[in-house]
Amino acid sequence: MVQKELVLSIKDLHAGFGSAEIVKGISMDIHRQDLVALIGPSGCGKSTFLRCLNRLHEETEGAWVRGKAELFQQDLYERGADPVEIRSKIGMVFQKPNPFPSMSIYDNVAAGLTIRGIKKRSYVADVVEYCLKQAALWEEVKDKLKAPGTSLSGGQQQRLCIARTLAINPPVILMDEPTSALDPISTAKIEELITELRKQVTIIIVTHNMQQAARISDKTAFFLLGELIEYGATSEVFTTPREKKTESYITGRFG
Amino acid sequence: MKGIHSSFMLELSAGRKVRNCAAQILISLAALLAIVPLVFVFVHVIKSGMPALNLAFFTSLPSPVGQSGGGMANSLIGSLILVVFGTVIGIPIGVFGGVFLSEYGKGKIAFFMRFSVDLLTSVPSIVVGLYIYSMVVVPTKTFSAYAGGLALSILMFPFVVKTTEEVLRLIPQHIREAGLALGIPRWRVIVSIVLKGAIPSVTTGILLGIARIAGETAPLLFTAFGNRFWPHGLNEPMPSLPVQIYSYAISPFEEWHKQAWAGALLLMSMVFLFNLVARLLLFRDKSGHN
Repeated sequence: MVQKELVLSIKDLHAGFGSAEIVKGISMDIHRQDLVALIGPSGCGKSTFLRCLNRLHEETEGAWVRGKAELFQQDLYERGADPVEIRSKIGMVFQKPNPFPSMSIYDNVAAGLTIRGIKKRSYVADVVEYCLKQAALWEEVKDKLKAPGTSLSGGQQQRLCIARTLAINPPVILMDEPTSALDPISTAKIEELITELRKQVTIIIVTHNMQQAARISDKTAFFLLGELIEYGATSEVFTTPREKKTESYITGRFG
Repeated sequence: MKGIHSSFMLELSAGRKVRNCAAQILISLAALLAIVPLVFVFVHVIKSGMPALNLAFFTSLPSPVGQSGGGMANSLIGSLILVVFGTVIGIPIGVFGGVFLSEYGKGKIAFFMRFSVDLLTSVPSIVVGLYIYSMVVVPTKTFSAYAGGLALSILMFPFVVKTTEEVLRLIPQHIREAGLALGIPRWRVIVSIVLKGAIPSVTTGILLGIARIAGETAPLLFTAFGNRFWPHGLNEPMPSLPVQIYSYAISPFEEWHKQAWAGALLLMSMVFLFNLVARLLLFRDKSGHN
């Protein structure tokens, strides 16, 4: 088997707030077009870990990070690394759909381009259409692109947010429980979309829903109390886990 | 058994109904008490102001003592100049200050700034007038529109800082994070997403600020001072509606009293209008979402 290109390499990453250490020395490698699911009980540090990867963690007061996280061999935390540039390479979809208020559907998708100074109208229009199609939202909104983004339903808003992230064309997309605020039908649509997107982007998804992890991911990482307990092919983690703790969690003994 | 039960329920609910009714009456009375003075002021000002409110009032200069007629056209224009001047200085300081406190407002500087803004909003306006008098009028040896506008801006900007900070804080953190996560620099997130989304509410704050300074008299008494002629320079004493009303109201002439009432009516209507527009803007913004 040919080893796929290494996209993210995390080495002994610690993170937390003030005196509390939330992420306790995580090391993991993520390869191109991997779809990695992070599972684990609430408060196990998976969201914090995810937010370290696009340097959003530091936006919270009192946050700190130690260790290494490399994107294409470039340490995200080395001196002089520009968080703004890093975030344009690692997109993020949040738990709660968060389209920009007072912006139209079109402007929401275009925001990443236009606000950063890419104004050529025909190009932006093409990107918006392409990304809305990729996010499987185009058919539903093509006649009301000028309507406010917040006028859409929750599931549509989340797909809008995915389209908005796709517009900046990041090689990696982080998803922080993207379906936990959605109904089952919207969830199914998003999952379908994720499996479609993974053909071109590397996706790391935090989920509380183990069935979801089993359904869509090809690698699963099990977090517990800030530590990475087990990381491997999803089929193996769910059928023949190496660790006792993983087995207890996925069979529902705690969590 | 059933009878006892239901009669007990009936008694209980009757007692509750009475108490509920009493509370409702009390609350309605309190609301009425709050509105009554406003209605009285409105009715009285309209009744006393209407007789002198004619076209000439808007177009002519004050007439000399003893002559009937005349108007407050110069004060109207003067007030406009002063308010525009105060607003032009007050808005940027107010909005930027509010953005600073809401987006970067941590640490000692922010604490000190918040504290001084709070203090400044409660400083009596006459004190601000005195301060500008000593800092601007005395050194330049003249009352002027500059001094008046400056005094008004000092009264306006703390108000705008506070409202701007408050409305920006209402924009959820995850909206800012969504912007940052797109690789947009922080300052652009603030300008193009946070502030842009809050424009209607920020504008409402500004309009309320304008309404507030439009009626200020005390800070203008010894800064813009006022005069009875057309304003012909920013470095000259500048007439204004509130000061004109004040000087007419304390005069011994019946004719001037009427004019003062008409001026008061005009001022009140303007402030009312500003408030109305501000509310409408906010209402439209709110109904626009979802």
